[in-house]
Amino acid sequence: MKLLLKAARVIDPSQKIDARMDILIEEGKIAGCNSNIKASQDVKVIDLTGMIVAPGLIDMHVHLREPGLEYKETIASGSAAAVAGGFTSIACMPNTEPVNDNRSVTEFIRRKAAEANLANVYPIGAISIGSEGRQLTEFWDLKEAGILALSDDGKPVMDAALMRRALEYASSLDLPVIQHCEDKNLSAGGLMNEGYYATVLGLPGIPAIAEDVMVARDILIAEYTRTRIHIAHVSTAGAVRLIRNAKARGLNVTAETAPHYFTLTDESLQDYDTNYKVSPPLRSAADVAAIKEGLADGTLDVIACDHAPHARTDKEVEFEYALNGISGLETSLGLSLNLVQEGVLPLPELIGKMSCNPARILNLPKGALIKGADADITVIHPDRSWTVNVKAFRSRGKNSPFSGRQMQGCAVLTIVGGDIKYDGLASKT
Amino acid sequence: MMKLGKKDILGIRDMSIAEINLILETAESFLEISTREIKKVPTLRGKSVINLFYEASTRTRTSFEIAGKRLSADTINISASTSSVVKGETLIDTARNLEAMNPDIIVIRHSAAGAPHLLASLLRQSIINAGDGAHEHPSQALLDMMTIKEKKGKIAGLKVALIGDILHSRVARSNIYGLTKMGAQVVVAGPATMMPRDINQMGVRAYTKLEDAIADADVVMMLRIQLERQKQNIFPSLREYAQHYCLNRTNIKLAKPDAIVMHPGPMNRGVEISPDIADDPGCSVILDQVNNGVAVRMALFYLLSGGNE
Repeated sequence: MKLLLKAARVIDPSQKIDARMDILIEEGKIAGCNSNIKASQDVKVIDLTGMIVAPGLIDMHVHLREPGLEYKETIASGSAAAVAGGFTSIACMPNTEPVNDNRSVTEFIRRKAAEANLANVYPIGAISIGSEGRQLTEFWDLKEAGILALSDDGKPVMDAALMRRALEYASSLDLPVIQHCEDKNLSAGGLMNEGYYATVLGLPGIPAIAEDVMVARDILIAEYTRTRIHIAHVSTAGAVRLIRNAKARGLNVTAETAPHYFTLTDESLQDYDTNYKVSPPLRSAADVAAIKEGLADGTLDVIACDHAPHARTDKEVEFEYALNGISGLETSLGLSLNLVQEGVLPLPELIGKMSCNPARILNLPKGALIKGADADITVIHPDRSWTVNVKAFRSRGKNSPFSGRQMQGCAVLTIVGGDIKYDGLASKT
Repeated sequence: MMKLGKKDILGIRDMSIAEINLILETAESFLEISTREIKKVPTLRGKSVINLFYEASTRTRTSFEIAGKRLSADTINISASTSSVVKGETLIDTARNLEAMNPDIIVIRHSAAGAPHLLASLLRQSIINAGDGAHEHPSQALLDMMTIKEKKGKIAGLKVALIGDILHSRVARSNIYGLTKMGAQVVVAGPATMMPRDINQMGVRAYTKLEDAIADADVVMMLRIQLERQKQNIFPSLREYAQHYCLNRTNIKLAKPDAIVMHPGPMNRGVEISPDIADDPGCSVILDQVNNGVAVRMALFYLLSGGNE
């Protein structure tokens, strides 16, 4: 099918394009990107006046739960959530059961993703076998099977020597290593950010330094080994400062944050609502301000939602026993657009943090609207107001603290490889 | 008489001064019942109270049970262990099953902070928090305030020192909320490892030395030290703790001459409080606290059941 996207504001930060243009899609590729492309007979024309056309959004940090935890999410349901949220590509963390620490699991994920045939799904392989932090996985074999990054997300590599070896070995394959930075000794037993609200609620605290110490350590290891490191879901002012400083010194450090870390503070936990329980925990207002500064000045390269779907049984328990995580794919863009409305980021920069920046970090040939590229495109309605309704989530995980929240702006068309995978254009505004 | 405008008693933090006064005054009027030869009034006949205890407790559970019985309510005690709960039935399912049996009030103690709030949000019954993790223990703070008022004639303007493991203490939190609301000056002391972060934002002054906190205090409240905290390196040994944080004949002289000494129990004699202080009728009001505890819990049952309707 040939598609012509007419008269939208095209924003492609990778080429510094921000102009009213048409985009022609043929055979799954971008065939042209110009003003006033004439439509031939066999082309389906979509008038996108007032809309924004962006390179397909990429979320480099999601949990799809399959294999093993299909009651929370499947690769199919997670992919459906992705395209509904405007994401054409997602990278899924290896903490499934079994852990994605070998070729067979990677191949299984890719097969399931192909069957779902919605978003591009890129598996992330485990750094250590079983993510247990002892023995490295076979990076070459995993890469051949299709992983595009390594991480022991959720079970950070505590052993500094193992981290050193992982960064060195991965650098010989040019595989990015993503670290969930948390010193498990400092965070042990903690349930929320350590501070006034933890004191008031009587919940054991997770100090900001649990994150900062690990960020500092990993920056030092990356510097020494002359390798690169990507810091996942930054939540603290201290981590932002450390990363900013590392970048200023020319180190190859990149970082992401998640929408909840620039939207919510630990004050939200006052009713012990387990939907606010995430790892790292929601931090203080000062941390939220620092995250926004980090996004604005480029310290934080990427917004990734850390999509962590859970079933009711995982959340409808005492706060202490509830599992961490927010089902985020279907609210990520809406919350991120709020940064533009607040004046934190210009829209092209926001789109860059959700398309070409993650593509660059993951070595993906995506995130640009250039002729011949895969036609992965997200069309955004910048003004449409909508209300978050978790019951309508495509994700099996309805665990969202944003339920009922008013949003402005959302994806209305998600095109993956030239095919429309989500069409919300006709929905009521 | 005014009514309590609440379905549940979850904490002192969300309680108004008027509500605290109402509960204390009601409790004072109930004190006399426990001195009668026939210690029973028919006020709550036909009502049932379930004591759902997920943590071991002797004093608090017995106190709630006696309070219910003295008002002629039927009281049922359930002891559950959280370990079986994690693997077996959820708290919500347990509570819904209890709800289906139509009790009027459920008293819950749980090691997880917020567990009573979970029940309160789901059940139509009144929930009383009998201690949730390190969060709150409202009936304890109320009985403490009642005891202070009884012995000192007032709460406002008094200096109250809380000594010990503030970080893990629900008694400390509830008392800090209650006493500061009622106009007392609250100070806390303990090693820095036992101080919750940003405690000063709760309106108290924090010290690391016991002596600094109890200087000129009208009330000294000692908190129980839990041995298992030693494993978390909150403190190195009971021996060293006792040397620096035990209330004794010498350091109590720093407090006002008529200072009273309180302890929520159970006491570790010789650790946080020396036996001769604990047993000194001239300053120790520890058993008065226990006596007042029954009256406070009677007042809570009474007020939650509709008061003087």
